[in-house]
Amino acid sequence: MAIVTRIVLDVLKPHQPNALEFASQLADLDASCQVNLLVQEVDDKTQSIILSITGERLDFEAITQHIGSMGGSVHSIDEVDVQGEAITASAE
Amino acid sequence: MFARLRYLIELSHSHRIARRYFVTNGFDGVLAMLGLLMGFRVSSSVSIDVMLGACLGTAVALFMSGLSSAYISESAEKQHELQELEKSMVTSLDESAHADAARLMPWLIAMVNGLSPLLLAMLILTPLFMFQQQFWPEFLAMISPLDLAIIFALLLAFMLGVFLGRLSGRFWLWTGVRALMIAVITAAIILFLNQFMAQP
Repeated sequence: MAIVTRIVLDVLKPHQPNALEFASQLADLDASCQVNLLVQEVDDKTQSIILSITGERLDFEAITQHIGSMGGSVHSIDEVDVQGEAITASAE
Repeated sequence: MFARLRYLIELSHSHRIARRYFVTNGFDGVLAMLGLLMGFRVSSSVSIDVMLGACLGTAVALFMSGLSSAYISESAEKQHELQELEKSMVTSLDESAHADAARLMPWLIAMVNGLSPLLLAMLILTPLFMFQQQFWPEFLAMISPLDLAIIFALLLAFMLGVFLGRLSGRFWLWTGVRALMIAVITAAIILFLNQFMAQP
């Protein structure tokens, strides 16, 4: 199965938690995880952000679940970097 | 668990609301106790047991009133805020920390609102409890437990004023004295009313 090493997401989130807290909580998901957050648009109660997450082996499900738990919702996957993994199944 | 609670408090800014409720209802509790104690002070021959019974009854009523009123108003407010946020997000936030905060924070705020007058009342009533339990140190022999309880009430009013002053960044002595003056004026009104009603 391909390994996701970088993913760029378009996310809508409430003002709280703020950008620093939001990015820090996502970065805490994995030791190798690096998060870049760019605020694109600020509305009355929400912010549109672009999240760029890099790591050795990203778990997309865990990331979206964590974004959801902080009140955010993923609008689109804008970029991905994936790496192929050699299948080493041994036939008896 | 405490880290989660702390996160939810920060997320919903509930610490500010709880702090406001603590001072508001705490001050209510202090003035209610001061009023009762002043009433006993001007009445003749009221036993300590009667004083404690009346004051404890009032303190419990303030606790229940603070708990229920804050819960009803805050849960409605938090649900409204959540619905407004869901409208803006165009999605359900049921699984989010915002929904957890909307469910839990009204309880926390209600507990602060209920416990603040109860705990402050208990502090004020300490001299009466001590006297009832026949634990009255010799160095307090020149003062009655009722007078000491009134002094405690005035002191706590001053302390709440100081607390507000420190929060607002204003001169703590001024805000403390202002709160103390409100308590003194309350006591003076009770004394005046008693004099007025005592006249034939």
